[in-house]
Amino acid sequence: MSAPAAVSAPAGVRAVPEPPARFLDLVAAEWIKMRSLRSTPWVLVLVPFFVTGCAALDALWDYNNFPRYSPEAQREHMFALRDAFPVSGYWTLILVAAGMGAVAVVGEYGTGLIRTTMVAVPARASVVLAKAVLVALVWTAVGAVAAAGSFTASQLILGLRDAALPVTDPVAVRSLAASALLAPVCALIGLALGVLIRHGATTAVVAAFTLLMLPFFVSDRRRWSAEIYNAMVGPAWQRLTTDWTPPPGSGSYPGTVPGSWLAYLAWPVLLVTAALIMIRRRDV
Amino acid sequence: MAGPGAADRIGGVIEVNGLTKRYGRKTAVDDLCFTVRPGQVTGFLGPNGAGKTTTLRMILGLDAPTGGTATVGGVPFRDHPRGLRHAGALLDAQQVHGGLTARAHLAALSRSNRLPARRVDEVLAEVGLTEAARRRVGGFSLGMKQRLGIAAALLGDPPVLMFDEPINGMDPEGVLWVRHLFRRLAAQGRTVFLSSHLMSEMENTADQLVVIGRGRLIAAESVRSFAARGSRLRVVVRTPRTAELTEVLTRAGGRVEPDDGPGTDRLAVTGLPAERIGTLALDHRIVLHELTTRSASLEEAFMEITADTVEYLAGQPR
Repeated sequence: MSAPAAVSAPAGVRAVPEPPARFLDLVAAEWIKMRSLRSTPWVLVLVPFFVTGCAALDALWDYNNFPRYSPEAQREHMFALRDAFPVSGYWTLILVAAGMGAVAVVGEYGTGLIRTTMVAVPARASVVLAKAVLVALVWTAVGAVAAAGSFTASQLILGLRDAALPVTDPVAVRSLAASALLAPVCALIGLALGVLIRHGATTAVVAAFTLLMLPFFVSDRRRWSAEIYNAMVGPAWQRLTTDWTPPPGSGSYPGTVPGSWLAYLAWPVLLVTAALIMIRRRDV
Repeated sequence: MAGPGAADRIGGVIEVNGLTKRYGRKTAVDDLCFTVRPGQVTGFLGPNGAGKTTTLRMILGLDAPTGGTATVGGVPFRDHPRGLRHAGALLDAQQVHGGLTARAHLAALSRSNRLPARRVDEVLAEVGLTEAARRRVGGFSLGMKQRLGIAAALLGDPPVLMFDEPINGMDPEGVLWVRHLFRRLAAQGRTVFLSSHLMSEMENTADQLVVIGRGRLIAAESVRSFAARGSRLRVVVRTPRTAELTEVLTRAGGRVEPDDGPGTDRLAVTGLPAERIGTLALDHRIVLHELTTRSASLEEAFMEITADTVEYLAGQPR
């Protein structure tokens, strides 16, 4: 004991004067954690490359087969939009974005870091909200790069056949926006499921099932189930990135554009709200 | 670390009142009441499964109590929007993300509480991890993780510090360092609350004890008085004239036994304090080579007092 004389301290005196709590500091703290993980830069760079690559490959296929297409197909070049936003690339994007969103929380639950975090910041809901803001920002950026990349690469290739879409095309603009926002929507769903489920592997399975598998189980051939189908994120993205819908009376019930945007909004908002409520109520 | 002026602005009493936690039909913590005061090291003792960690979690607002209250500096901990300036805690050294570097881990915590950036380097130096700052925590030994956890607890220079089993996994040098650190933090006027299931850890570190068993309070008093409640005081004497000394001490009312079995020059005496034994030996001109009061009685006191509260006894059907 070096200084026993200093022992008697008046109780109840506050320690260091405390600056008011700022939400942005929490976002910055989450960013420090996210960028420090070795996998983060790899994933963030590889995802747009992969999506762009998928689009380029699809466009190359149509480029090669173009001479064999009917004159009508050559003129309409409906495949231009489909090549720009290939299901293979964007389904992968959904999976990775949801997974990485989940990792932002289940990584903390799995290691127990969450307790250290919550002792440092007892305002738990603020922590979850900060994570949500960061994940949304980062994945909007990744999604925007991926969408711009896949659109540009595919249209450059198809442009060689005069079969490209101009970026000013209204459906192209809508498709670009929907594809860029697909990543943050899925990342937020993953994050919220992570808060609700807390267990890493279970969260990954539930997120992948909800986003990728569930649409297969719901038919779009009956009105009521088609409503459910259209309200899912994957089908909503597909509706937003196409300008062709089956004519009425053909036995299928395609979703509407506003309805698809609503699905984009509703999933993350409802799930993140549930996460914010649960994080306050449960023991950490 | 806090400067010399820290003491006069520090104060933070932990107050636990009727604290209860039930999980279904099992009661983990049962109507606990105790106070932990600044300026001293308070040990939180109990056998494994006694409810120590649950209690610490409730104090820190991680778990909601089923009943009762716990306050830190007069306020339930969850009422603070940011915690590091009010209390620092190390609950489990493994609770860090292995993929983060030590520096990133501390920088994120520091940033979340808007602490000055220099605090990260200060606490890294304080715990001796400056060299390892850029290494990923996943490669740390348990002892290094303990040091990192202590660094995190010290970040906000808080008046209250709580550590759950802080000595686990530390090498002997680390144990000495951490004991010294706890004493110093208490001397600065902070409230230092450490849990352990090992009595011997507390002997050299704590001033006060809070002892629980099966979630109930068993004792809340100074280490000295707790030890005195257990076994009688025991003094070890070494002398070349064991037979004579045995006779003298027995006549004076002591109970004498050979300490290491028969044929030794070492005697264990109960019922007489060391001073009395020394005086008696002098009166009878018996040379003493050693006269030691056995502090192991603290361990015994703990075992005795908590014997019927041990949750999982080895070798017994549950």
